[in-house]
Amino acid sequence: MNREIQVFACPHGPLLVRGADIVVDESGDEHAVERPVVALCVCEGSGRKPWCDGTHKSIRRDLP
Amino acid sequence: MFDGFVKPVDEMSACNRLPRQKGDIVRLPGPCGPVSGRVVESLQGGRELRPVAIGNEPVLVDRDVQMALWVLYELFYRGFEGVDAGREWDPELITLRGVIERRVERELRSATRGRLNQLLAREEAVGDLILDLVEEDEGPSLSSFLRRDATVEQMRDFLSQRSVQQLKESDPQAFLIPRLTGRAKAALAELQYDEFGGGRASHLHQDMYAETLVSAGLDPRYGAYIDEATAVTLAAANVMSLLALNRRLVPVGVGHFAAFEASSSVPSRRIAAGLERLGLGAAARYFEEHVEADAVHEQIAARDVCGAVVEQTPDLLSEVVFGALCTVHLDRLSADDLLTRWGVAGDESEAAS
Ligand code: FES
Ligand SMILES: [Fe+2]
Ligand SMILES: [Fe+2]
Repeated sequence: MNREIQVFACPHGPLLVRGADIVVDESGDEHAVERPVVALCVCEGSGRKPWCDGTHKSIRRDLP
Repeated sequence: MFDGFVKPVDEMSACNRLPRQKGDIVRLPGPCGPVSGRVVESLQGGRELRPVAIGNEPVLVDRDVQMALWVLYELFYRGFEGVDAGREWDPELITLRGVIERRVERELRSATRGRLNQLLAREEAVGDLILDLVEEDEGPSLSSFLRRDATVEQMRDFLSQRSVQQLKESDPQAFLIPRLTGRAKAALAELQYDEFGGGRASHLHQDMYAETLVSAGLDPRYGAYIDEATAVTLAAANVMSLLALNRRLVPVGVGHFAAFEASSSVPSRRIAAGLERLGLGAAARYFEEHVEADAVHEQIAARDVCGAVVEQTPDLLSEVVFGALCTVHLDRLSADDLLTRWGVAGDESEAAS
């Protein structure tokens, strides 16, 4: 199956991913995607990694 | 000779036989003043609405007027037991609704005008502007209070007041979809698909809220707490309908929705923690779901939905931002309303996570 996966990097925020079924994190653990679009944490601050939980808002001043 | 089947008269109105689920029957609220009194009396008796005047006091905090408006809007959602579904488009009721709506709109515009002008002077893309203005708000934080200090009774009061809007979560905004086009429409539909469970009834956000109510020992039925709802609780729900059921206000509606999504992820995390602290962890599922869901939704609503609306028609920027400020204004009113009701001084609830 050829499926297009779209990614969009939100300024000072998460990476939005559309069309994925599974996200594999850096330690190789698989996370099932259960919604049409998911937000992946890039600030490293999330308490629910790999997903964004809004924590970037309190530390975003230090982000690029 | 005619020997076909003749329907009894009361079955002719097929619209009164809309499919309903158990526990879904909404009763008319008790009237709480002259305006809601007239509306309820007219619906109950199946009679014409008798004329009624709206006083000169602010209507956003007037419980009687907001109750009347809530009842008028519910005719467009689930209706009421024993009320002819055809009353939805009763011209007298629509006229009264329009009178109240213009008053609500005027109050929202004057409450937000100063801040709106400041924000429009910034050279920011609309998506960033909305996410920033929510974050920059310095109103009292209800969610911080719920996380750290609320008693079980206060938490239950919060959950039951919230039920007035959450049991029809995303229903008002569904009316926005046919009024949008192109990228704005596609983005809103994508987001709403998630709100409505992504094809799974068990994931309907409004039903997850009903489960939260059950877990907290509360009544999950639609409209169960309407007689206890405060003016501001009703107003917060009504403004969503105002902005979705009037096509002229659609850009305001998308701005309101984006700010609403943007004020959910972090507060939901705090509320979930508050529920755990109080031993009501089973009621936290709805809020935990919203930590993740709204971290996505806020980005899509602000950048894609609002971004596309403003890209299509740049003149609409100020209406979209006005909508976002309506959310912030109502959030403040709601926080003040509940914290005052609980006798909590403003400084105890200052924002801190
Ligand atoms: S990017 Fe949102 S919490 Fe890290
Ligand atoms: Fe939701
Ligand atoms: Fe949402």
